[in-house]
Amino acid sequence: MSSTDMQPRSWTAWLRGRISGLVPPGQALPDRQPAYVTSWIYVFGVITLAALLIVLATGGVLALGGPTWWHVSSVGHFANSLHLWSAEIFFAAMVVHLWGKFFMAAWRGKRALTWITGVTAFVGSIGTAFTGYLSQTNFDSQWIGAQAKDGLNAVGVGAYLNVLNPGQMLMWHIVLMPAVVGILVVWHVVLVRRHGVVPPIDAVGLGSPDGGVKQ
Amino acid sequence: MSATAPAVPPAPTHRRHDRTPDAHAFPTRPYDLVKEFVLALVGVLVLTIGLAWVFSSPDERPITMSDWATATPNDVVATAAGELAGTTTSAQYGPPYNSASDGQMLGPLALQKWAGVRIPVDSAEDLVLTPLGRISGDAILKAALAAYRAAPPVQRLAWSTAYAQALSNAPDGDPARVAPGDYGPVPVLTDRFLGLARSGGLEGTLASAESFYGIDATRSLLLLADGTHLEDQARAQHLGGDQWGMMNETGNYPGQPWMWLYTFWYQVPPFNTSDNADAQVWALMVALTLVLMLVPFIPGLRSLPRLVPIHRLIWRDWYRQHGRR
Repeated sequence: MSSTDMQPRSWTAWLRGRISGLVPPGQALPDRQPAYVTSWIYVFGVITLAALLIVLATGGVLALGGPTWWHVSSVGHFANSLHLWSAEIFFAAMVVHLWGKFFMAAWRGKRALTWITGVTAFVGSIGTAFTGYLSQTNFDSQWIGAQAKDGLNAVGVGAYLNVLNPGQMLMWHIVLMPAVVGILVVWHVVLVRRHGVVPPIDAVGLGSPDGGVKQ
Repeated sequence: MSATAPAVPPAPTHRRHDRTPDAHAFPTRPYDLVKEFVLALVGVLVLTIGLAWVFSSPDERPITMSDWATATPNDVVATAAGELAGTTTSAQYGPPYNSASDGQMLGPLALQKWAGVRIPVDSAEDLVLTPLGRISGDAILKAALAAYRAAPPVQRLAWSTAYAQALSNAPDGDPARVAPGDYGPVPVLTDRFLGLARSGGLEGTLASAESFYGIDATRSLLLLADGTHLEDQARAQHLGGDQWGMMNETGNYPGQPWMWLYTFWYQVPPFNTSDNADAQVWALMVALTLVLMLVPFIPGLRSLPRLVPIHRLIWRDWYRQHGRR
């Protein structure tokens, strides 16, 4: 045994092993997919991701001018319009993706955590959009805040999450919530690549014990 | 397009009731993920630009205190009197603003009360008296404030309650047509409060009470919501709670359609008549969200997709060629 083998395993080596083991070799960005991946329903997950990127980018443009810039600038207002509509597309695609996966029972085959991270990302996205509406500093923000405070206060959440404080809501909207949603989305995608696309219900794999024989 | 045998050794799942084979146990076909993502990105970007160009986005400017005082001055006076009398929504709210009530209950659970008064707001002091105290150069106001503060609490409450009642009985709530009575200095205070709101200075005294920057609108919004003007404007745009308002926004825009279920419960019994509707709807939505999240572990529900033939449509090509187990 060499002296190298005698050394205790380093934290770096442990972390490298964990990261490289997250996804099977060649499955992080494969150029082939199982033959059953032929439906248009699969596109909606990718559309959701694409829309999320545009939401983040347009939010970044709005951040350049600050929270009230878009009220006084035509460029800012257009950036806000892009932010709004990309968010609408993001949610529309995500809802189709979610229900598509539900009817595919996509949690099968040890994919429960993939489902849970997806649902949690959906709920987190609702919270992110909600804080966005509260950060608009316009009539919608006033009315939504006045209404929403009652729901949050009724369950004790409003004592900590003050929807009448646009400063707090803006911080949640542009820092905390996107971070949470971002982590969940990355986690979700890694799990998808780790386990692969869920096979059809009652399908038989060629390499499975059933041998893939048509029945 | 060519299909090949699986290259990765299969690792069948071992859950007792889950016979789903490993995804790698199936033949594969070429699939360009990067191309798909780039096309999706371009497609969504074009669609976003098109929608933004054609439909823009709503931006109705906020209601200012000056707007409120100009549009419905009698409502401003009535609200100020109500704050002093302790009869407004914020004055009687309970946690997290004050201890005037316990707030809503979820069965035996007093979640609102247990969270405590973490954003203290004294409606009479913080929303009316303190802003008035920052006006200088008005001897009559100064004397009225001094008289009001010097009076015992019972006397203050009697004056304020009597005046608030008299305003509600006056034609159109007009302060000029209030019946004579013992209102002490309250009419002077509410009149000056209306003047302060008209001048545009009220927001500043409310928002910057504790901070130069004034980025917390809690007091301003509580005051505005205590009046009727804000709600009247919202209802005129179909944004009321019983108008599916929580998922809508101003103008003809989609708003937050993903909140349809949350909004739906407020439209139907027992929630639309319950005093604890907010707590009940929140509890219901949390429960439903947990159910959705935990579908993989809920017998019956997790088998529903097998009974609904949508999956046959999604995988029709595979089933046609390979059948089912």
